Amino acid sequence: MSPEIQLRAAQQTKGFLRTYIFSTDHKIIGLQYFFLSLFAVLAGMALSWLMRINVAWSGVRIFGLELVSPTGAPGGVMTPEYYLSLMTLHGTIMIFFVLTLAPQNAFGNYLLPLQIGAKETAFPVLNMLSFWTTLLAFLVLLASFFVKDGPPISGWTAYPPMSAVGNDAGPGLGTGQNLWLISIGLLCIASVTSSINFMVTFIDMRCQGMSLLRAPLTCWAWFITSILSLLSFAVLLAAVVLLFLDRNAGTSFFVPANLLVSGKIVPHSGGSPLLWQHLFWFFGHPEVYITILPGFGIVSHVLACFSRKSILGYRLILGCMLAIGFLSFVVWGHHMFVSGMSPFSGFLFSIPTIIISFPSMIITLLWLGTLWGGRLQFNTAMMFCLGFISTFVAGGLGGILLAHPAVDSYLHATYFVVGHFHMVMGVSAVFAIFAAIYFWYPKMFGRMLNERLGQVHFGLTFLGVYCIFMPMHLLGMTGNPRRYAILSDDFLIGLIPLHRFITIAALITGAVQVLFLVNLFWSMYKGEQASLNPWNATSLEWTTSSPPLNGNSSELPVVNHGAYEYGPASSGRDFVMQSDPAGMKEIE
Amino acid sequence: MPNAASSHAPDLDRLIAWAMIDVGVAFVLAQLLLAALIWKSREKSTSTSWPRTVRIAVVVSVLFISLELFSAATLGRRAWGSMFSSASTASTVRAQVMGQQFAYYFRYPGPDGQFGPIHVDKIDPSIGNYFGLDGRNDVASRDDVVSASLVLPVNQPVELMLNSQDVIHSFYVRELRVQQDMVPGMQIPVRFTPTRVGKYEIACTQLCGLGHYRMRAYVEVVSQNDFHKWMQEHER
Repeated sequence: MSPEIQLRAAQQTKGFLRTYIFSTDHKIIGLQYFFLSLFAVLAGMALSWLMRINVAWSGVRIFGLELVSPTGAPGGVMTPEYYLSLMTLHGTIMIFFVLTLAPQNAFGNYLLPLQIGAKETAFPVLNMLSFWTTLLAFLVLLASFFVKDGPPISGWTAYPPMSAVGNDAGPGLGTGQNLWLISIGLLCIASVTSSINFMVTFIDMRCQGMSLLRAPLTCWAWFITSILSLLSFAVLLAAVVLLFLDRNAGTSFFVPANLLVSGKIVPHSGGSPLLWQHLFWFFGHPEVYITILPGFGIVSHVLACFSRKSILGYRLILGCMLAIGFLSFVVWGHHMFVSGMSPFSGFLFSIPTIIISFPSMIITLLWLGTLWGGRLQFNTAMMFCLGFISTFVAGGLGGILLAHPAVDSYLHATYFVVGHFHMVMGVSAVFAIFAAIYFWYPKMFGRMLNERLGQVHFGLTFLGVYCIFMPMHLLGMTGNPRRYAILSDDFLIGLIPLHRFITIAALITGAVQVLFLVNLFWSMYKGEQASLNPWNATSLEWTTSSPPLNGNSSELPVVNHGAYEYGPASSGRDFVMQSDPAGMKEIE
Repeated sequence: MPNAASSHAPDLDRLIAWAMIDVGVAFVLAQLLLAALIWKSREKSTSTSWPRTVRIAVVVSVLFISLELFSAATLGRRAWGSMFSSASTASTVRAQVMGQQFAYYFRYPGPDGQFGPIHVDKIDPSIGNYFGLDGRNDVASRDDVVSASLVLPVNQPVELMLNSQDVIHSFYVRELRVQQDMVPGMQIPVRFTPTRVGKYEIACTQLCGLGHYRMRAYVEVVSQNDFHKWMQEHER
């Protein structure tokens, strides 16, 4: 019996439950994360539609919403508190269960072991537990829809005292807020354990010849991201535990004395509301890079392949990613310029905030340099990479404006900030995810996605996101505060037409995603059969069958080449695979 | 942006204008370069690399970030500094701002220049005692002027002490170019000099509960004469 058949036999004897549900196979776990975040992103997007409709046409009856929540939307008309509940869930789902999970846990799990030539991750059982803890966290979060007062209204940042003093401060801040804290606490634990798995896998499981500087930049990005995850989610876990104790055990970490909420004196004293903000943003800013660094890896990887050129400045990109990782821990104060923190601290925090755009800018220019003189192939994955560069520049430059504390004191908590962070960590990160899906779909499902459908999907989405998020910058400049359920005063009523434009753009862009979903599921069964290496790529995952068997390949590969040897080679091909025999040097 | 109405606003507006220009230029250049590279690739040129690109990427980045740091250290520092540099003097108009779900209340110290102490257990909006004052026992409270709108004299320095009695709120006046969170348990000073007579909205910009969207008050900047008249009417 050939080793491959042995592997297949082993796979079959495990049974359906162990193979597909409680699997320790990194590929199955990657797919589990992928489908979890796919479900989450659809839920989060649906919430944003409801919010956008309510902002643009306040008081409008949304057909069927009264069935979803009779108290939150009596007669189908959303209450302001229900708007805030949806907003909290939108932010929490998108940041924690989409942008954290999809780029890192879904694609990282699936591809990291394949790309470094390992048969498994270092701790397969821990990996499985991480996923199931994450799923539990997601279910606990959704459960808040079914408790009496609904989900919390305190936003994804959950600032105390509002989040600490219970139902007196508003609906959803009782059981709903407790469930939110339990959910995020569980997710923190899952993120810490899964990041340990990533780190050890990358350090310890690389195959023979896969030296650190031969590893694809994707692997480096997942590795650096897992360091950020480990350090920042651990701090968030502590903050969440303290807030839970404040709420349920009578402690006062975040609640000061003499609070009068809804006419009742709160029996706490000695806490500091700013302490939560420091802890939260100590997590919160690295989190931004947890969502975007895997994107850096993905874009570098795909861009090189479709430019048919070696990535420009491999070591420099790597150094820049490390620098970003480090700097992301010393900029959290820029979220707190107007929080009551000392203005001297504010000024100090603005310096690293400007400096962190230095490595990002170098990486962006190196991508442009990679395109320079390349023989570009405009596959959908490539288009999403180019879209990533465009939106990342747009969002990132907005960040440089906000880095000035004085500018922030005008723009803070306005739609400018909403436009900025959606552009950079929402749209860019999602474009990287799309690039990854279009690029590795043949690996994951053995079939090709429909290219024409993909191109239309990209074009409309690209136009759509600019129509949604660029006008938001404008709204912010005029001084439109965010998180308003209804625009009711004289000043804001004049801005409603622009809000309606944004809402329409959001609905259309959302509807366009149906093209993607159809493509995704249709191609699983009807797509063109994928060849072994459909993109003529260099990295190790393309040496295995698609999808790879349990155990990935019958024998461990040996690596003789760097990750990005594109260009005319002695083999006659324009690329050299990492596992090709030594001596197949590039001509140039 | 709404027209500015405070003495530090020109510095801030200059900074914003400059930053918009420099970021805008960078944005347009980057997008054009990206578009040009995509366009150029249609020629199917075979020149595969431009070895100096790495150096150029670094040099351009160094130049751009230096420019940003330079503007932060000059325009930025000046704008930020002018919001905090003015110390309170004898002529400074002082007032307290108290946030609660979902309203602002304001208090002036009265002729004695002293704010009476706040007693949380005495706060009762139904009888208009928004600050929990106890005039019977606290001498300093007796002449305090409490109001639901903020009235300020033009061209005179102002010092507001921001506080909240329940959750975090924020004090945002677009025309005055002022935004500052109001944090329970903290007294946070905000200093500025209004320069234009008018009525401006104070909006809450920190999520504070179901009525966040409708939490607002107004600041009326009036002539110095009108201010004294108003004050005399309200002093007991």
